[in-house]
Amino acid sequence: MAKSAKVPTIIDKPMGFCPGCGHGIAIRLIAECLETLGYDSNVIFGIGVGCSSLLGGGLQTDRLHCPHGRASAVCTAFKRVMPETMVIAYQGDGDAYSIGLSQTTNAMYRNEKFTLFVINNTLYGMTGGQMSSTTMPGQKTSTSPLGRDCGATGLPMRFPEMVASQFNAAYVARGTVINPAHINKLKGYIINALEAQKYNEGYSIVEILAPCPTNWGMTPVNAMAHIQETLIPYYPLGEFKTREKK
Amino acid sequence: MAKIMTKTDRCKGCGLCAAHCPKKCITFTDTMNSAGYYPIKVEESKCIACGSCYTMCPDGVYEILA
Repeated sequence: MAKSAKVPTIIDKPMGFCPGCGHGIAIRLIAECLETLGYDSNVIFGIGVGCSSLLGGGLQTDRLHCPHGRASAVCTAFKRVMPETMVIAYQGDGDAYSIGLSQTTNAMYRNEKFTLFVINNTLYGMTGGQMSSTTMPGQKTSTSPLGRDCGATGLPMRFPEMVASQFNAAYVARGTVINPAHINKLKGYIINALEAQKYNEGYSIVEILAPCPTNWGMTPVNAMAHIQETLIPYYPLGEFKTREKK
Repeated sequence: MAKIMTKTDRCKGCGLCAAHCPKKCITFTDTMNSAGYYPIKVEESKCIACGSCYTMCPDGVYEILA
């Protein structure tokens, strides 16, 4: 028996992402989970700068475009003054890990009770595909035309692992959007992250490995295969910290 | 009865739905949509309304009717 499925009303608008971009899938999953939890009209997004900014144009709910990298700092304030509202920081890897590393780390250090979704496509997408701190070793970007030299620029950052091992967060996971099976698994992670916030358990973060066909110079289908072959071995998927059973 | 509804004006022709369709019933049209892409078309007689296209679509093109 077929199950009906409809795009949630809060994002039911055309968005400006490139063809095959992973953002669209991630946003739809977040909106579906908000609907399931009954928070679709009681939510505020702190949106980062970069491709994640394009979310603002398609979203029919409260949101604020934060200064570059500072979404976690802004969401800290949101959550402290509106504890009953679902607060979501929505950022890319360049925004959350490279430019806003201090704000992102400090928010989780204080165990602020909001949720961070990071779309990791291993580069700065909107500005033209520059190298970010999650760029893979040897990956060619517009600022590493010969491939990333990890001896000079460091190794790609595995942020969720750091959160899970060093900090007192409530829920930490990494998922991807490469096929329906992984997408359904990712939806489970997102629900858990939002529930951790709903029940005031603490900071929750879900990193989402997403393709950037435009800057990777691949077709959308090949970009999904590239994630499977190259990214997943370095960025393992799964839950790094699960919620405590009550 | 229709199993599936499509908003082809939103389609950007990325082909993720077609690649993951288990029945291979999604193809592309020859006419451009208002956004300048060649959108998908679904051969409904083969469709089993599994929802894979809805799951993979980044642009909210599909609606699966129960």
